[in-house]
Amino acid sequence: MAYDKPLPVPTREDRPFWEAAREHRFVLPRCRECGHVWFPPYESCQRCLSFEREWFEASERGVVWGYTLMQQPYVPGYRDELPYNVVLVELEEGPMVYSNLVGVPDDEIRPGLAVEAVFEDVTEEFTLIRFRRAEEPSGRDRT
Amino acid sequence: MNGEDLARDKAAVTGVGCTGFSRDSGVSVDALALQASLLAIRDAGLEPSDIDGVLTYGVGDAAAVRDISQALGLESVNWYCDVFGGGSYSCATVAQAAMAIATGLCRHVLVYRALNGRSGRRLGRTALGGGDAGPPRVPGPGQFSVPFGMSGPVQQYGLLARRHMIEFGTTTEHFGQVAVTLRGNAVLNPRAIMRDPITLEDHQASRWIAEPLRLLDCCQETDAGCAIVLSRADAARDRPHPPVYLSSFALGGSGPASQPLDKYPDFTRLFPAHIGPGLFGRAGLSVSDIDVAALYDAFTFLVIAQLEDFGFCGKGEGGPFVAGGGIAREGAIPVGTNGGLLSEGYVHGLNNLLEAVEQLRGNAGERQIEGAETALATGWGANVGSALVLRR
Repeated sequence: MAYDKPLPVPTREDRPFWEAAREHRFVLPRCRECGHVWFPPYESCQRCLSFEREWFEASERGVVWGYTLMQQPYVPGYRDELPYNVVLVELEEGPMVYSNLVGVPDDEIRPGLAVEAVFEDVTEEFTLIRFRRAEEPSGRDRT
Repeated sequence: MNGEDLARDKAAVTGVGCTGFSRDSGVSVDALALQASLLAIRDAGLEPSDIDGVLTYGVGDAAAVRDISQALGLESVNWYCDVFGGGSYSCATVAQAAMAIATGLCRHVLVYRALNGRSGRRLGRTALGGGDAGPPRVPGPGQFSVPFGMSGPVQQYGLLARRHMIEFGTTTEHFGQVAVTLRGNAVLNPRAIMRDPITLEDHQASRWIAEPLRLLDCCQETDAGCAIVLSRADAARDRPHPPVYLSSFALGGSGPASQPLDKYPDFTRLFPAHIGPGLFGRAGLSVSDIDVAALYDAFTFLVIAQLEDFGFCGKGEGGPFVAGGGIAREGAIPVGTNGGLLSEGYVHGLNNLLEAVEQLRGNAGERQIEGAETALATGWGANVGSALVLRR
């Protein structure tokens, strides 16, 4: 069956992120002037306002900041997944990203859980970055 | 410079009006806006031609200022604006009206919000981008959340609520106490959509929406319109109702209005912590001087979070504060005396402001909190919110 869940519409400012994800690379924008890292990938630095943005390969690691278990089919294509988790992951580089945990039972999800990125090729065009339990504890696991 | 003398008590609410609250109004959003606006204008003892400023705010369903101004027959207005935004702007839009008055531009400003929030465009499914039927493709910031099954506010706040539970020991029973208390208030309110009393057991038995939030933790999707008229202080004193002054107002939070992707980590300081001190300071009051609170309660958890971060109770103590009767009619700070967005209905927060005005007029009937002289009204969305301090 064709993939029927929502997909992104990349724009000039975030297309490099999606193109990298398709190549199974997790890149983040960083400021050449002050070193700040931010997400989503706005074109200008969210700290010093510089437009000198560069992309770098992220660690692909972070910790769960928070989570919710969705129990209602509000999002198209997700009816068969209910209940499913949505997590905020605090990346080692600082920014937070929304994602899903895969392979972790719902009752084992908790803030501070160390996680690492997994790349899921949902269509030929798009790869979503989800997370699984980290194989080795991250230095920032703060349970 | 905190501007305390520039805007304090320069404007007052002189008129309020609202349509009936329902699940299916059977009329257009413009008709709801117009009906509510006419009621508010007449409540102020004015004619439409007295109105020289018009404002609204909204996402999803909305009635445009140009259309409502034309329908009211206004030949010219001195200030008007359609604010693009949701709950965070309910009080901010009224504050903008106060600024238009304080600067001398306007004498009587109309603020309205109308939506067919149940029969038209359902907010909970659209707030993070995309259309009603759900987007196969999501533009904008939503492309970093919706593909993961993130639909909107109930999940955003579910996530925060879960974090609060883990951090402070708050329980779903605490959330339930908010729902039960506000439903008890709605029983006294003929306007409320939900008037049957509920128990904590009812709450605990209601279905999950986004854990840890249940159905009874969520507000009512509503078709309705609400409006207020804000008047210059010297033009407010000879009106049919006692004026309700805007003592201060604020809009802010942790950064500008945005998706909380990289802005929410400072969970210890939600929007009230950012704007509260200035808000109360400009009004010349402290939080303990507030008699009634019309807190933005799209979800039960929001009440607990605001009680803490405005300082009605200590950080992390919101759950026990509510369970101990702190927000009841006879409690330390009565909250949601109309039943709130949870039980009266959801007109994007503006209906809660109407209740605050009616309480300060002494006009709230069975719901009246005796001796109410000051009120706090709020709006909240993502990482920002707005608030007003009102006094009679």
